[in-house]
Amino acid sequence: MGDTLVEVKNLKQYFPVRSGFKTIPLKAVDDVSFTVGRGETLGLVGESGCGKTTVGRTILRLYEPTAGEVRFDGELVTDKNITAMRKEMQMVFQDPYSSLDPRMTVEDIIGEPLDVHHLCSNRKERREKILELMSYVGLNAEHARRYAHEFSGGQRQRIGIARALAVDPKFIVCDEPVSALDVSIQAQVINMFEDLQEKLGVAYLFIAHDLLVVHHISKRIAVMYLGKIVEIADSDELNEHPVHPYTESLLSAVPIPDPDVTRARKRILLEGDVPSPLKMPTGCAFRTRCRFATEQCAKECPALTDRGGEHFVACWNK
Amino acid sequence: MSEKLLSVQDLHTSFFTDAGEVQAVNGVNFDLDRGEILGIVGESGSGKSVTAYSIMQILADTGRIVGGKILYKGEDLSKWSEKQMQGFRGKCCSIIFQDPMTSLNPVFTIGSQITEAITLHTEKHGREAEARAAELLTLVGINEPEKRLKQYPFELSGGMRQRVMIAMALACEPDILIADEPTTALDVTIQAQILELMQDLQKKLGMAVILVTHDLGVIADMCDNIVVMYGSRICERGTAHEIFYNPRHEYTRGLLRSIPNVNNMKKKLIPISGSPINMLNMPKGCAFCARCDNAMKICLTEIPEELWINDSHKAACWLNVRDAFEGKEV
Repeated sequence: MGDTLVEVKNLKQYFPVRSGFKTIPLKAVDDVSFTVGRGETLGLVGESGCGKTTVGRTILRLYEPTAGEVRFDGELVTDKNITAMRKEMQMVFQDPYSSLDPRMTVEDIIGEPLDVHHLCSNRKERREKILELMSYVGLNAEHARRYAHEFSGGQRQRIGIARALAVDPKFIVCDEPVSALDVSIQAQVINMFEDLQEKLGVAYLFIAHDLLVVHHISKRIAVMYLGKIVEIADSDELNEHPVHPYTESLLSAVPIPDPDVTRARKRILLEGDVPSPLKMPTGCAFRTRCRFATEQCAKECPALTDRGGEHFVACWNK
Repeated sequence: MSEKLLSVQDLHTSFFTDAGEVQAVNGVNFDLDRGEILGIVGESGSGKSVTAYSIMQILADTGRIVGGKILYKGEDLSKWSEKQMQGFRGKCCSIIFQDPMTSLNPVFTIGSQITEAITLHTEKHGREAEARAAELLTLVGINEPEKRLKQYPFELSGGMRQRVMIAMALACEPDILIADEPTTALDVTIQAQILELMQDLQKKLGMAVILVTHDLGVIADMCDNIVVMYGSRICERGTAHEIFYNPRHEYTRGLLRSIPNVNNMKKKLIPISGSPINMLNMPKGCAFCARCDNAMKICLTEIPEELWINDSHKAACWLNVRDAFEGKEV
């Protein structure tokens, strides 16, 4: 991939957690590297608490990274002025109910990024731009003067997307953008994401826990477990030939909406729960639930290695 | 006809709010046999949870069953007193809720919450009840049950709490287990564990399960028969095969088109247009007609009756009536 837009290298994000008199680091993201190409969608999946949201937020510098670097268009994000940087990268949040200011009209919500970045010279231009953005996401002009509470979940998510698109970004972090929506509305929003990408060439980091949706929308998928990426591959490749035992069981656990297919399948059940990130196992974080764990897994953490055709896996035994 | 375990007949449940009456369940009928797993699927606000709550009579204060019958082994539950219902809940029929974080009492130990159910409904007390509680925790796959009984809910993970909820629900070996979105709050790998556990227990204990969910994947995996609800009514019902491979209601068809296709993941989704209906302002005709691509004149004014497609498959859609008139095979 020659055309890299976002490059994340050895990114670490630790949060200090008080435990008695000591402060111990919670390793939310631990040494994560990946790239997102121009106009590409990279899916990021994993269970709750695995650090996928933190990755998204750290890229946008909503958190300052503990270590590692994020490059956008070759430039270090941490060197750039934060306002200038946010003109290039935006975010769509999970909860369409809490991510919109209830005291602002739709027009002001979408207009705010335009004002912050001085993108419009006069009111008329601002108004036209807002209406254009609203038509992108399928909202009517008459909605402009209404408040967020007057809309349904799907429409609110559209407002959030229009706000993200206002500054004409090249990259949007979508943090679980459809999981709060009903199935029939999910498809509308997913299609909109795809149409906008086609039209505007924007790249997405699509964070979600619904593997079917991620498989549908993404070109490549990265699987995270306890702060680390365990596998990255082309989305079809990952679904057909998962290598890492965690990916394998994750995929087998997804209930498929097709009675014949889903009942013919064998689930690979994982024992127990995800360990606490404060008490991480030594070596490979997944070894406590892994069928193939050996002594080596307890000693050393495996690195992501290419298994051919851009399929990266971090596992000693597979 | 043999007597059904549970038979819901023309159930109407309404909520009386400041803004007016909200008819949350509007003429719902279904039967449940012993050992059957029935799935109720629909989007938020379609009345699927309220149907379940009506059976248990645990509606919010503003809610009331305004019509219809709920027959349990031939007796009408809606006529029962609160006292009789207390005997019914837990012993004959129990429920597990969506959110295991909030449905356990945080100030009591797991043990006292499970033994409470046991002492209330059975002859077992004290030590005996505790032994039974430990046995139940083993049954739902929790190790070190004696230790767990002394723990508080906050000490357990989400998946463990849901297991405790299931243990509590099974305490008196009910005939019916209602599971209201039992895995929605859980991660997929934990969801798989819980679903597997429910299937196992259902086979072992032979109870009937009503599974309320919006997740078509879970439904496809678990259920023998499926009821699809939209806008407080049943729009289609049938076996899992009929619903997934031969849907006869436009809403069911739309729903299946709007999820990623397993055989062709990159195929564009076909969403259902429009937004969910406003329950305070229900349309006169078919509730789905505003979002239906094939709506006809009659859909706007007349509510379609459920029509038999075959012995087990029923759908409430005027298109089926039209097809029948035009002599197409229904």
